[in-house]
Order: sequence, then structure tokens, then C-alpha cells
Amino acid sequence: MDVLAKKSPALLLGNQAITRGALEAGIDVVTTYPGTPASEIADSFSAVAKYLKSQKKDPGFYFQYSVNEKVAVEFAAAASICGLRSLTCMKHVGLNVASDAFLTYMYVGCKAGHIIVTADDPSCHSSQNEQDNRIYSKLAHAPMFEPSDPQEAKDMALEGFTLSEKLKIPLLLRTTTRVSHVRGPVTLNPLKKKKTTKGIFRKNPLLVTVPAVARQLHSVLLEKMDEAAAISEKIPFNYIINHGGTKGIITSGPSYGYVRDVINELHLECKILKLGMTHPLPKKLCKDFLKSCDEVIIVEELEPFIEEQIRAIAYDEDVKIYGKGAGHFSRLYEYTPDIVAHSISEIFHLKHKTSSDSPKVKLPARPPVLCPGCPHRATYYAVKQVVPKDTIFPTDIGCYTLGNAPPLKIADYLLCMGSNVGTACGFSYATEQKVVSFMGDSTFFHSSLPGIVNAVHHNNDCVITVLDNRTTAMTGHQPHPGTSKSGMGENIRMLKIEDVAKGLGIQHIEVVNPTNIEETKKAFIRSLRYKGPSVVVSRAPCILLIVSNKRKHGKNIIPYTINQHKCTQCKICINKFGCPAFFLEGNQVKIDKTLCTSCGVCQQICPSNAIEKEGNHE
Amino acid sequence: MNKTSIVFAGVGGQGILTAANILGKAALEANKKALIAEVHGMAQRGGAVECIINIGDVYSALICNDSADVLVSLEPVEALRQLSKIKKDRLVITDINPVIPPSVSLGIDTYPDLEDVFKEIQEKCRLIKIDALGLAIQSGARIAKNMVLLGALADTGLLPFLPQLLLKTIQKNLPSRYMAISEKAFDSGRVFLKNNNYVE
Ligand code: SF4
Ligand code: SF4
Repeated sequence: MDVLAKKSPALLLGNQAITRGALEAGIDVVTTYPGTPASEIADSFSAVAKYLKSQKKDPGFYFQYSVNEKVAVEFAAAASICGLRSLTCMKHVGLNVASDAFLTYMYVGCKAGHIIVTADDPSCHSSQNEQDNRIYSKLAHAPMFEPSDPQEAKDMALEGFTLSEKLKIPLLLRTTTRVSHVRGPVTLNPLKKKKTTKGIFRKNPLLVTVPAVARQLHSVLLEKMDEAAAISEKIPFNYIINHGGTKGIITSGPSYGYVRDVINELHLECKILKLGMTHPLPKKLCKDFLKSCDEVIIVEELEPFIEEQIRAIAYDEDVKIYGKGAGHFSRLYEYTPDIVAHSISEIFHLKHKTSSDSPKVKLPARPPVLCPGCPHRATYYAVKQVVPKDTIFPTDIGCYTLGNAPPLKIADYLLCMGSNVGTACGFSYATEQKVVSFMGDSTFFHSSLPGIVNAVHHNNDCVITVLDNRTTAMTGHQPHPGTSKSGMGENIRMLKIEDVAKGLGIQHIEVVNPTNIEETKKAFIRSLRYKGPSVVVSRAPCILLIVSNKRKHGKNIIPYTINQHKCTQCKICINKFGCPAFFLEGNQVKIDKTLCTSCGVCQQICPSNAIEKEGNHE
Repeated sequence: MNKTSIVFAGVGGQGILTAANILGKAALEANKKALIAEVHGMAQRGGAVECIINIGDVYSALICNDSADVLVSLEPVEALRQLSKIKKDRLVITDINPVIPPSVSLGIDTYPDLEDVFKEIQEKCRLIKIDALGLAIQSGARIAKNMVLLGALADTGLLPFLPQLLLKTIQKNLPSRYMAISEKAFDSGRVFLKNNNYVE
């Protein structure tokens, strides 16, 4: 297993490097809710725990996939105050969910070190927004590290515990996709061998944030931040590379790597102030750097977080500052070496040419799609057959969001995790249209329960669909409360979605297997007739789980084919159902054998019985 | 400056990450630094995927346009999509078997004529077309296409390590139940390149 490697350096993903750093620090408790680009941090802990347990060894730490990010932070906060080193990881928007706990947690503080990892996603590779979570460090008064590559990710995770313990507050470790999902060499320290231990809770009135206590704690927190600012001046993560000259570049995160490669490429003589601890900033270090330069460029993705502070620090310095302010760099999307090279050469009047991105031949778009054999497609197809034309489909965060693409086009409104239910209630009040909402099984538990209570309490007329594919699929197939295995591989209690819905007061509940199209249609017809909130649990395992299981057991995946004698070219399979394994060759409809996962659902929708299982195996 | 940049392109699910990981590990074995930009999450679901393997004196995993040394693609159109990344006159190796995106079947988009695709690639680079799917099927599994292409890449002389090291890395890192197929596929890629008399 890469994370447990003995031979140094090891090739680790940025996320794995964070796991490694925490293991080297002797981590006690890890909590998470999975989300791209953060998922592999937690998945690596899960894999390590399962592996060591299979070797009859004590992993030395406890790990859990929590129901959501807020609970994950709360669980670990309690562990930390009892003296256990903790780590909580999530994607950027996860911190919104956890923010209520997080902001007051900064007041209360921790005892053993606690690192909260937020993995941001500039360019929205896998996200609904590209918010810059560095701003949370200011809002919450949290010290923050910003690694540039896997090596730094590990070093900062390791060092973060010490700093958090020194200041007695949790530390924010902020990565982006291009740190989390970059693989690179990481120099290893030995793993800290230890037994799983318990802490002890010592009562303290200052842990109860009634107003009088909160007022006191706020000023304590500001004092801690002064201490953090002094540390930031000396910490080795903030440093200057001096290649001479009077031109300077201040940078952080993955932009640092682009800057280094680009100045090599451009043969630029300059100084670099590389910031690894970006909150609080080392004001004196910055000021001295500014004094030594005539011109300074600030290269950071998203918001001008560093830039605005640098401009304030530089207020009475004689130095020209370039960045987002004058429009040389964008606040949008992630940077690339080309973007950095272009802006630096423009500002410093250097030559850099880039060729255009787009080829002459027009290429077909290839956005992500629901997989061939995905059970969500079957549910969506069935729903589309039975709903009125102007039905509103609030959707949610998961693979099933991809139902927005043609031919299904079954996603109309999306805000965040759990928003499908709340917005379904609103649409059912605000219009005379039918409302059918969709969410995944993990999303159901994460943040949809209050929405369902609201729907029941106010009797909103909507069909709430839970697409239960027995896993958290999009982020890499993690378990959730509706499954029966923990992140450590132990058997734990499974909550049945239909039981929970019943407990919340839903009176009309259907449980169907979507791979049976006719039964699924009937279930939705009944639910649409019901006045008030109804829940349909559409349950069939993610096809990727089925395929990998078959492969593991050496079973063949026998593709389906089209009997061209029977096919009438009605193209229902393409134009209404839309499994990506179908394609046209001339006028003939065909199935791509590499893509077909042998789910067999298309057989039910072909009116001419033209779809058959292939006779001879590969 | 001593660096080698490889772009691997294709469609999510074709085993690009596995190939990239093998290249990175082999680079480390050869005492070189390697940074790899991977794609996880939503884009993996059948979307266009590209993965950059940057080996040598490098600080970032991403590269400027016109700076890759070799482009390997598991799908012909995806090779063209990434063409801007590669230096002029360098080498493109691509599988010739299209994967038709649903937008094409639906009539929203058209899949270009492969001759046009290859022609445009050849205007900028040298091109090796390979029936990697066919060779993978002969080796025992369609999903071994990535190993066929790794095999073809191994003998181009463009990598800063020997084919033997790549094979060893495959043997060390891929599951044993596929090893016979992987080795066969890798070998068929190497043989293809030799038979086509390609030398850098
Ligand atoms: S639905 Fe059946 S008959 Fe119609 S095009 Fe598809 S395979 Fe042919
Ligand atoms: S059986 Fe039909 S619906 Fe299922 S994956 Fe194959 S082509 Fe697609």
C-alpha cells in the first residue's frame, strides 16, 4: 500500500500525502464526509485501517465516514478536547455545512492537535461552485497552511498538529484539486507506531459558549492569532528564493509550481516569496520583501486573498503591485502555466507565445455521462414515461445530477447537498406543476432529513425520490448510514431509508427496483396520485459495483447486441433512453461491446425485441 | 533543463490513471522526479480525460501548450483534442478505435472523419496509429488497451528509462490476476512498434 510505503521517496497523491503525514504524527481520530477533490485522504485512512486489521494489527487510529461534515467536525472536536489528535477532511462546500460548528469551535479551541482539511475546486471540476475557502480562515480566525505539492502536503499535515497544539485551536489545511490530485515524490519519515488509545475529558466552564463565555473566548482567540502571526514570520513554509534583481513574485498553492516552471522557461531573473502559511500572513517578511523590489506580481488562484493584504502592507512602500486588481490575473478558474506565463511576460514585457487551443476539425463534446448500465437511467426513463410534461425536477449532488444531459433532461434546479427536498416543497407551493425531486442515498442521510420533516409538517405535494444505489458512488464508492460496513471494515448498524422516511412521518412510501421498468412506472404513478409528500426509494446497486464484483470473481461481462433483422431503427434506445453504449453506424443502431455492462435494461424498452444477449463470449 | 512531458488522453474509464501511475513509479525507480496531474470524480464518468506525466526538473504537474514530448491517446478524437499540448514534430501514438459520445448518437454533434483527424495531427506531429483494441482483445481483455499503448510508448526511446523498467513496474503494481494479460498486451505494443520500424 502506497501510504504505508517504507522506501523513500514514495509516489503519492497529494491527498495520500496528507494521510501519510497524519500517520507519521500519530493520528488518533479521523472523520470525514467524502467529496471530490478531498475523498482520497479519508479513503486512504479507510484502506490502511482495513489492511492492518486484516493483518491482525492495531491500526492505532479510529476512522469514520460521518453522516455529514458538520457531524464530522463535531465528533473530532470532542475527541481533540479529550486529548486525541484528530483530522477532519472535506471538500470546500463541505465546510459550509460544517461552518456553524467550525466558527464557534475556534472560540472553544482544542487540546490535542486538530487539522481540518478543506479541498477547494477552482474550475469546478467536480463541484457546484468555486468558492475560495481561504476566506474562512479570516472569518473564523483559523491559522491556515496552503501546500503547493504532495511533499508539502505531507510536511504541513505533520507540522500542523504541533502548531494546532501550541495555539490550542484547530488548523485549516487548504488544498486545491491540483494539489490533492497531483501525484509526486514524497520523502517519508517513519510511521508512528502506537496503540489505539482513549483520552480523558476534563470539565471546564469555558467549554460552554454561553454569551458571557463567548465574549471572553473571542478576545482569547484574537490573542492566539497574534501568536500565530509571530509564528508565521519564522515558519519555514514561508520563504524567499532569491535569483537576484528587483522584480518579485509572491505566490502560494499550486501557482507556486507554475511560477517556478515559467520563470525557468522565460529565464527571468527575480525573487519569489513563497507563502505556505497564508493566514495570518507574515507581515514583516512581506514588508521586507516588498522593500527589496521595484515591482511585485501576486500569483494566487481565485480571490485576491493575499493580494488585498499585500496592498495594505505596501501602502507606504514605493513598489508597483500587479495582480487581479489591475486585471492581469483572473478571479475565475484555476491557473495553468500558460496563464501564468502570459501574465508575467505581459507585465515584465517578455516574449511568450502560445498556440491556440482548438483544432480545425470540429470535435464532438464529450462531457461526463451516466455510465452504461447505471440504474439511475432506468429510474429516470420510467419517471419520464409517466409524469405530466411540465413536471419540475429538483435534483441534488451526485452522479445522478448527470441526468441533466439529453435525452433524459431530468434535472431542473440544484443548489447544494440536500437542496432537492427544500426546493421541491417551495416549487409545490409556488406553482400548480407536479414536482418530482431526486437525491442519492448518501445525500438522503447527509442533509435531506430536515427537508423531509418540513414537507411532512407543511404537507407539500411532491414526490421525493431516493436513488439508492447502495453507495456514495460519485466520490469513489464510500459507505453511508444506509449500508452495513464502517470505514474500518466492521459490520455496523444499517438504517433503512424507507424506515427513516416512515419515522419522519411520510405516509406514502414505495420501494422499487428500477431495473424493472414497468414496476417502477407503476410506483411513480401511485405516488403522483397521492396528495401530499411521498417517498420513492428506487433501489439497485451502482453498476460499477456489479461489474467490479463480476471481474473479481472471474465472471465474463457478456455484452448485449442488436438483432439487425428485428431492429426497426425507431431509435428509442438512443433518443429516449440514451445508454452511452448505443451508437449509430450509418443507419444501423449498434452497441459498443467495450462499453456495455450487460445490465439488460434496454431489452425492456425496445418495442421490437431487437436487443439480445450476445451468444458467444469474448 | 532536463524534462520529459507525456500526455495521456482518452475517455474516462479507459485506464489512463493506471498507465500514468506506472510511468510515474518507473520514473521514481530511475531516480527522476515525477509530477502527475490526475483526474478524479465527475469527469471520470465517460468524459474526455487527460493526464499529464511531467518527469525531470519540474515544479508543477501541468504544462504549457506546445511543450509535451509525446502524446498517447486511447481514442483518436481525444488525441486531436490534446494536440495543442505537444511540441511541433513530436510523436503522437493513438488507438484507432472511436468511442462515440452520446451527443453524436443523438445527432447533436458529429463525429469527424478519422482521415481528417489524422491529417490534422500529421500537420503538426508524427503519428503512429495502432489498433490497440484489437491487440488488447488478442491479449485476453479489452481493458488492457492501456497496456498495449504503454508497450508502444516504451520502445520509442522517448522515455527517460528503459522498457524493461516499465515492464518491471507493471509486474510490481498491477493485480496478479490480470498479469498474464497485462504482460501480453504490453508486449504486443512493443512488437507493433518494432514491426513498424519506428525509431526516434
Ligand atoms: S429501440 Fe430497439 S428497435 Fe428501436 S432502434 Fe433501438 S434496438 Fe432498434
Ligand atoms: S445492456 Fe443495454 S442498457 Fe445495459 S449497458 Fe448494455 S447497452 Fe446499455
